[in-house]
Amino acid sequence: MSQPVMVAGTIPVPALEPDSRWTYLDNVRRNTGPYTSEEFDTSDEAVSTMDRLKVLGAGGLGCELLKDLALSGFKDIHVIDMDTIDVSNLNRQFLFRHSDVGKSKAEVAARFVEKRVKGVSITPHNCKIQDKDEDFYMQFNIVICGLDSIEARRWMNSTLINLADPENPESYKPLIDGGTEDCQIAGLSTQLGFKGQSRVVFPTITSCLECQLDMHAPRQAVPLCTLATIPRQPEHCIEWAHIIAWEQEQPFPKLDNDDPEHITWLYKKALARAEEFKISGVTYSLTQGVVKNIIPAIASTNAIIAASCCNEAFKIATQTNPSLGFEENYMMYSGNDSIYTYTFKHEKKDDCPVCGQLARDLEVDPNFTLQEFIESLAERAEAQLKKPSIRAESHTLYMQSPVSLEEMTRPNLKKKIGELVGNGDEIAITDPSLGTVNFKYKLKFFKEYRAAV
Amino acid sequence: MLKIWNMKQKQQSDANADAAAGNKKKKVTAAQLRVQKDLSELELPRTMKTIFKDPDDVLNFELTIEPDEGMYKGGQFHFTFEISQEFPHQAPKVLCKEKIYHPNIDLQGKVCLNILREDWKPVLNIQAVIVGLQFLFLEPNASDPLNKEAAEDLRSNREGFKRNVRQSMGGGIVRNEAFDKVFKTRD
Repeated sequence: MSQPVMVAGTIPVPALEPDSRWTYLDNVRRNTGPYTSEEFDTSDEAVSTMDRLKVLGAGGLGCELLKDLALSGFKDIHVIDMDTIDVSNLNRQFLFRHSDVGKSKAEVAARFVEKRVKGVSITPHNCKIQDKDEDFYMQFNIVICGLDSIEARRWMNSTLINLADPENPESYKPLIDGGTEDCQIAGLSTQLGFKGQSRVVFPTITSCLECQLDMHAPRQAVPLCTLATIPRQPEHCIEWAHIIAWEQEQPFPKLDNDDPEHITWLYKKALARAEEFKISGVTYSLTQGVVKNIIPAIASTNAIIAASCCNEAFKIATQTNPSLGFEENYMMYSGNDSIYTYTFKHEKKDDCPVCGQLARDLEVDPNFTLQEFIESLAERAEAQLKKPSIRAESHTLYMQSPVSLEEMTRPNLKKKIGELVGNGDEIAITDPSLGTVNFKYKLKFFKEYRAAV
Repeated sequence: MLKIWNMKQKQQSDANADAAAGNKKKKVTAAQLRVQKDLSELELPRTMKTIFKDPDDVLNFELTIEPDEGMYKGGQFHFTFEISQEFPHQAPKVLCKEKIYHPNIDLQGKVCLNILREDWKPVLNIQAVIVGLQFLFLEPNASDPLNKEAAEDLRSNREGFKRNVRQSMGGGIVRNEAFDKVFKTRD
């Protein structure tokens, strides 16, 4: 069976029929090819399921990703981004115009793409990802992240993994993560700007972002004493102004990275220091870059990674081709030295604190004291705890060490479980005898808690 | 749409794993869990103790060091530990609360310790940082100075440096700079 082929250079003038935009996409979806999965279905009904899929795009890859998703046939797209448009975004974030400066990125991008791609619905959420709860994330079929911090990534990762419920097929949300900050593979140099990665996580099934945390290169830090005594590079002078001079002189109550007056102060300080040490190269924009930790983003690298994330979303949604995921789950891209990509399987870690040990249900009598509860834990075969320390998310129940914390939490031993935690709360147990393994339990009260009179 | 649930079912029947979930409430974060583990494995010598203002917040605490040997013997030094949600990918932030005369600690309390900055690795733990701090009081290091004057004194005139340390610890003035009194009060 021959498959229609798209040939470069023969992009036809769009016909005026409303659906002509999707001609080639439809061809891909309606024809079985050599790589289509066994479950690939070319029926109208199957093809139209894509119209109902709800996908979420979060953070940085922004403009590129939204445009790609809309042009790949996704119809119900949500975008979440807390940023507002800055004048410095306009050189590469092509959905924004000068008149949009100061407005919400999510909202402006959503309106722009909706206007250009008829039939697509884009719902903007102008907030932090952490502002949304589990019910919000439960509504999506696929989540695509271009988050710029490890903290935000960890949060999204653990949230989606905790959604996974073996009783509910809908609760397994594929997580597609793209990043263009530096990723480190042992032995490769760490130049910035031309590198990126895309990866797919199937919650609790494949290696998660927490399992892969060691793939991130830590931010390159210069020893404080170098900054204080023997600066060698313009960056050292700027970091000195930023970390040391600012705190000594406190020219303004609090450093605001976006206030030109503050940056100018740092720039002048750094420049004077650079002259003292005969170092050249301190400029205003370098100062801004170092202080705001701007990793020089190359627009095309961003576009490549966003496109790769979108393609994985498309393949997961349509089954036209094998996607990243079950076998190979990590694609690294480097344009530093010519061009290089490598795709591999990052193994799931059994002792991963997020996906290694999901919280198990533990039936407890809330009228037990914490002491009785700890003793009952010691009898459980899988735990075999000798010196357990127990915490809930915002509450320390009992710590065996250090001494001060033991003393402060000892009174809890006499308190009843129901007094310390709520029904359904999660607790984490660590014990030196467990090594790197931890236990998490979700407490289920099987009796009613009777508060002491 | 790829049916990843089917894969999960397959994996489950293969491994016969048991996992449970549901609509969960507040969960312990990975950073908190790691700090909990680090703290519960902490082994502090007699010269150090931790102070938790709020036992429910294990990400922020204070460490007291009372060196029982070396040039800083008899002093009591307080350090604040501030741990972010990026821990252990990011090192704890550590500051000395007192203004002290020390080649590796500046007048604002910033500490030059390699594992707190350029050599931090996620395999290191809170114990390693504490041991590092203890070491700074036993062996102040003149080759990585943060307080240049103090380092110069240590290099050029070790006896003079020792006298300066005692002077500063008593709340005295060294090189026109007044320092905090850090001698442990008898109790």
